[in-house]
Formats: sequence, C-alpha cells, structure tokens
Amino acid sequence: MDSAEKTRHRIAELLVAQRLAVLSTHHGGEPYASLVGFAVEPDLSRIYFATPETTRKYRNLREDPRAALLVDSRTHQEADFHRAAAVTAVGRAVDIGTESAAASAKVLYLSRHPYLADFLRAPTTRFIELVVTRYLLVENFQGVMELRMQP
Amino acid sequence: MNGILSLAQILESGPQKVGGKAYTLALAEKNGFWVPETVCLTTDLYDEFVGEGGLRERIQLELHRKPFEQMRWEEIWDCALRIRNRFLTTPMPEALKARLTEAITSCLSDRAVVVRSSAPEEDTAAASFAGLHESVVNVTGPEAILEAVRRVWASLWSDAALLYRQELGLDVETSAMAVVVQEIVVGDRSGIAFTRDLNDPDRGVVEAVHGLNAGLVDGAVEPDRWRVDRATGGIVSHAAATRDQKTAGSKTGIELVDLHPSERTRPPLAEEDVGAVFSLAMAAEALFGRPQDVEWTFSGDRLYLLQSRPITTGGEGDKKDRRAWYLSLHRSFENLVSLRKRIEEKHIPEMIEEAASLASANLAVLSNDELASEILRRLEINTRWANLYWEEFIPFAHGIRLFGQTYNDVVRPEDPYEFMHLLGQTPMLSLERNRLLEKMADAVRRDPALADRLRKGRLDEADPDFLQNLNSFIDQYGDLSCPVTGAVQCSQGPEAVVRLVLELSTRKERGGAQRTRTDADAKKAAFFDRFDGEERPRAEALLDLARASYRLRDDDNMHIGRIEARLLDAANEAQLRIENQQGDQRLAEALALVDRRQTVSSAKSAETTSASAVHARQLTGQPAGPGIWQGLARVIHKDGDLNRFRQGEILVCDAVDPNMTFVVPLAAGIVERRGGMLIHGAIIAREYGIPCVTGVADATSLIATGDRVTVDGYLGIVTISSERSVG
Repeated sequence: MDSAEKTRHRIAELLVAQRLAVLSTHHGGEPYASLVGFAVEPDLSRIYFATPETTRKYRNLREDPRAALLVDSRTHQEADFHRAAAVTAVGRAVDIGTESAAASAKVLYLSRHPYLADFLRAPTTRFIELVVTRYLLVENFQGVMELRMQP
Repeated sequence: MNGILSLAQILESGPQKVGGKAYTLALAEKNGFWVPETVCLTTDLYDEFVGEGGLRERIQLELHRKPFEQMRWEEIWDCALRIRNRFLTTPMPEALKARLTEAITSCLSDRAVVVRSSAPEEDTAAASFAGLHESVVNVTGPEAILEAVRRVWASLWSDAALLYRQELGLDVETSAMAVVVQEIVVGDRSGIAFTRDLNDPDRGVVEAVHGLNAGLVDGAVEPDRWRVDRATGGIVSHAAATRDQKTAGSKTGIELVDLHPSERTRPPLAEEDVGAVFSLAMAAEALFGRPQDVEWTFSGDRLYLLQSRPITTGGEGDKKDRRAWYLSLHRSFENLVSLRKRIEEKHIPEMIEEAASLASANLAVLSNDELASEILRRLEINTRWANLYWEEFIPFAHGIRLFGQTYNDVVRPEDPYEFMHLLGQTPMLSLERNRLLEKMADAVRRDPALADRLRKGRLDEADPDFLQNLNSFIDQYGDLSCPVTGAVQCSQGPEAVVRLVLELSTRKERGGAQRTRTDADAKKAAFFDRFDGEERPRAEALLDLARASYRLRDDDNMHIGRIEARLLDAANEAQLRIENQQGDQRLAEALALVDRRQTVSSAKSAETTSASAVHARQLTGQPAGPGIWQGLARVIHKDGDLNRFRQGEILVCDAVDPNMTFVVPLAAGIVERRGGMLIHGAIIAREYGIPCVTGVADATSLIATGDRVTVDGYLGIVTISSERSVG
C-alpha cells in the first residue's frame, strides 16, 4: 500500500469505527460546534447527519453551507496523545430531506444508527448531506495528510 | 509494602517486582554465598515516579514520532537521549524521595554502592541482552544514589534496549525497572567466570583483573584468562594479559589507574584462587540449575558473588542483524582516545596521500586495458576506505554521545541537545570550502561588472584575483561538477563553481554563525564548574574528544569524497572514450560497475507522483537545527538537481551528502529523510544557523519541488502549504 492508499484507508477506517462527529458551523462569523451522529458513503464522497430544523446548527448551515466535521478516536486517556487519530472533513452541506436520493442515504444512515429511526421520521427533522471536498488526517501527534475529493 | 526490600524480603515478594538480578542475589545469600549488602527498589517505585511525573505519555510520544522500523540507529539514540533527559529532569515526588532517603540511609548509611538495573524483562529475554541497561558504580550518599536510580530507571529505554525491544517485550504501559543498590565490596582482585565455555562444553572459564571488575566488563582492562576442566576443576590453560591498568574507585565514580609494578608481573589470581572462583561459579550453577555467568570479587581472602545470570548462546543470530554492531558503538573514553589517535595520525594522512597519489595519475595516457584495470583498482580502494569508515570513523562519532551524556548528567539542561552548543564553531573542511566560495561570491557582489561577465560566460575577462581564487578552489576541492551535474557526467570545467558563486552572490552575507559564541562560552564555563580539582582535566579532555568527534563527522566525508572523485575521474575518461567510439568491451564492463553503484544510490528516492489526490500537509521528524523559515522546496532526487538550487529555497533530500554541502549556505531550511542529530546535514545546518528537520519519512516523495513549505526546526515539523508555486 503506498502512502496515498494508506491515507485513504486510514480515513475510511476511522469514519467507519466512529458514530459521532463534531460539526463546525458559524453564524455571522460567530463560530459554533455541535455533536452529530453521522454515516459515510463507502467512497467517502458524502457524509450524512440529521438535525431538527429548529437548531442553531441548522440555522447556521442555511446561512452558510460551508462546514467541517471532526471525527476522532479519542478515548479520553493520556494515551490519546500518541494513539488517537482525527479526521476533519471539509465540504458543503445540502438539505436533502425531501429528495428521492435521500432514500438510499437514509437506509445507510439507519443501518449505522438504528435507534434514530423515530428521530429521522419526524416531520421537523432535516436530513443533511455534506459533500466533502477534502479530508485532513492527523496522526502521530502532528502528522497531517490531505485527501482531495473529486468535485 | 513500600517498595524497598532487603535481601530477605526479596525472597518473600517473588521475582515479579524485583527482577532477576535481585532475586538471584537473595537466593544466593540464603544458600550461604557471601553477597554484598543489598537493597532492592521494586518496580512499584518506578511506576510511582513515572506515573506521577507524567512520563509514560512522554515516552509514548517519543516512541511514536515515526514507525520504529524506519528509525536509524542515530534516531534511536536521539530518542533514548530525550527520554533519558526527561527522567533526569523530572522532579522526584517528595514522598517518594523521603521514603528512599530514609531507607537508603538506614540500610547502607554512607557506604559506597553500585546501583544496578534489575529489569524483569531482562530475564525473559535471557542474559544474552546483558548490558542493555545502565549501572552506576561507586556512588555515596542518598542524594547521589537517588540520581543514579533515575539513570538506571531511564536505561529501561536506553538505545540498546530499544534495539532489542521486541525480544525484551518492551511496552510503555507494562514494562518497569527494579533497581538493586548494592554495597561496593572494594575488591583487590575481581572478574567473571563462565561455568561452561561456549566452544567447549567440558570446560569453564575464569577471567580476572586487579582492582574492580568494571574495567573488565566494559572492555577497558584486558583480563588474565584460565580455562578450567568442569569435571575436576583443574586448570587446563592460562592466557596472561598485558597487565598495565586497573579500575579503582575515584571521588565521583571509577577511574583507570596504572598498576603497581608488582601487580604487572603477578596474575590477579593464584592457582588455588582460580579453583575457589570456579567452585563458586559451579555452586551457583548447582543452585540455579543452569550454566552461569558469574561476577565475583576477592576482598582480602573473602570471595563475594556480585551477580549471577544464566549463560545463553547468543552471538549466532541472523547475519543481517546489525544490532550487535550498533551496540559495539558504545565506546569507553579510553577506547575513543585511542581511536582518535589512529584516525588523526594514521587514517587521515593515508587518505590524503591516497587521494593525492590517485590525482597525480594521468588517465589520458592509459590504454583501454590499463584504464579498465585502473577503474577496478580505484573501486577496490573506494571499498577499502568505505569499510574502514564503518569500522573506525563511525564508531568515533560516539565521542559526541559520550560527552552529551556526561553533560546531561551533570548540567540537567531542559534541552537535551544543549551540549551541541559546546561543539559548534569547530573548524571543518566543508565549512572552509564554503568560506572560499563565499569569498568569491563577495567579490562578485562588490563588482557588478564582474558579475555581468560571469553571467555571460566571459570568464577569461574576469579579474586576475578572482581567477586565482577560482583556480585555487578547484585545485583544492575539485570543480564540483560531479555532484552538481550527476556523478557520471562531470563537465570538468569551472562552470559549476561559477554558477554557484553567482547564486551565492545574490544572497546577503550571513551573520548567523557567531550567534552562539558567547552563549557557548558561558555554557562551557558552567559545565566545567561542575567538576573540581582532579576531575576537571578529564572533563576538558572529554570535551576536546567530542569536538574532534564532531569535526570528524564532517571531515572524514570530505576525505572519502576526494577519493571517490578520483574513481569518477577514471569513469569519466572511460565514458568519454566510449562515447567517441574509442572504448572497448572490457572498458564498458568496468564502467558498468561504477555506473551501477551510482544508480543504486540514486534510485532510493522515487520521483513524486504529483497527480495523487493525497498530499502531505504536515510532516513530523526530529528538530535538528533550531529556527523557523518558509520557502519553496527544492527536492533533490539526483545529484543533477543541485544544479537548479536557488538561494532561499528549502533543501529537501534523502540525506545531505557531504559532497553537496556547498549548496547549504544557499538554503533557507533543510528537510532530510535520514534522521538524527549527529548526521552530517544536521551538523552543517547548526553551523550555519539554518532551521533543519531530519528523519522525515518519505520526505522526497511527499514534498514536491515548488511546494511552499515551512520548516520548524524547534518542533521538528514541516508544514506544506496547499498553494504551489512553479519551481
């Protein structure tokens, strides 16, 4: 495996192993971070999450769809400093709640988070797709690799 | 249990937390052997120190800088050095200190002791890994003993132990070190004994020296050697040593002293003593149930067992396993002094003579057959010097390490590389070469007309002073065309030097190198202040040795480079003849041998695939030259790439080849795949005050020429911007 394949593999591994991500948005330049349950397409092109439409994160995304998601393997132990890895996905959020494409994405999402079925069905829940432009993988405390996604 | 055990308590606790060395001694004492007064500090105390000091994660971070299998021995040494310094500078928790002080005072009062490692891992890996951890000999008083204990704890992560980490099962989470603090029995005759000779199962071996046995164990003192019949205990043979020195206790440790004339002529042991020692060893074998390797000492008529461990076969292993060679790089001060003498008085003069004699040959008059033979002869000469380089020159680099370790022991600096300040500003050949280049660049800077003529290739119109400097440079150091253009296409003319001088002239004069002078002088004074009276000349001699070692890290490469250049001369001559259809089969075959060497060395770094969707954004290595700078990368895949090097660029390469250090003054930063503080590139970067990061895995494939990179020489981080410039 060359370093490019290795990077892609590590990113996929981390995204599949974790269920929660930190979503970063802003409102008029005011930063905001929130935790979301997510699922990722096997080709890494898209990441899905759901949010009630009354939330601050949803309002922020409507104002500016640019967003970042942080997924990491922290265990909240000292050893995280040498062991933990983190992936930041950067992209553009699209509300796909009513689109037909959402059906297969929702299946994927529910296979990852079956306990969220009721939440997802609620009329006020919005289903969001983050179209990823690039990933940044941080490992070994300070090593950073970037994976650029095809537009 | 408070973690501090007497010999009797050790047996109650079992071997788990005390390590094999302590357990064996306790068992021996119980069975009637004379054993020095001993206290064991269990692994619980190590855990307490490491846990409270937050050291565990610091060790992890050091060990995870890059995959272990990618580390070179220099990097492993650096890694161990940083960990060791952390152990030395982390404060001892007050409660632990109080407990230890009380226990040591009550058990050993103010008797001199030896502080030894007793790592549980040592046993599982068997005794073939003896010597991986530190022992501190002749320490007195609780304060000094506690300092020695830190050093022994730290040596759980010594470079030698890290090399054998798999066999030892070293694991930051679970590994720990117990320590044996043992009263020194001031033996007048000491040594070791093997109950079974590895080469002859019916014999055993007794080795003995006058004085303490530290000198025998570290190889500084040659022992008398007896082979003994296992069945009868009778002496089979005796090989006498050239007895001239012995190890004796000094004020702050041990030292080598000359033997009294009567000791020189007398073997350390009389025949009946040899028998007594061998009986002691055989009794240990009977007790522990396996052939033993025993350390002993005679104090008057009383024979003490100092330690006993099982003999393992060792030694055979994989021929490709270079670790034993790495371990052999740990040299004593005395060994290094004699190595220095050989290098300075024999090898270097011979290399200079060899290079000069090769240079004087007129290759043009040789027939094809003679030229082919000459190429083979020069290849052989190169190989011979390259081998000597590994055998003698590289081990001499340990002088820097020995000094660094002593400096860190006595000064306890926050920065484990502070000692390097005392080694800098050493006159070095490659710096001298660069100074001559700088002088020519300065002339060009001051004379725009000269610069213009040189740029237009009108060298013959340059002023005579400049030409004289240029010719004298080429006489001394060659025309640099080989390293600049790629080794087998040397242009053999002044163009490469002129181009370099023009490039250098576009840069402002560098002030850098004086920056640390006053600082270094103050640090040197502070270092020497730690030694009184009789110890001070030895500290001075150690610094002098380290400076020689530092200088030689550079100079030896220059000397080797000159010999290699003469091989390339012959190859060029052959190449020319073949291109002009004047060559023949034999010449082509000889040339192919040289060519192949070149391809092998330059094939290491593959060209980067720029189409990849994956890009490195931040790479980590080791901080090797302090400072931070941003610039455009120039990645050197082959020597010819040097030709395009521009002032202010960041030099990215596999390793700074000593023959290419002349571009270093042009570089604003250096990034190397090869790692370590003592590698050539790092040393030169420090001399010029250029930010430098070494040990960056895949540096030349992950960074592309034209990438905007920031070299952080403080943290050892290289950041690559996503915006690229066309290089």
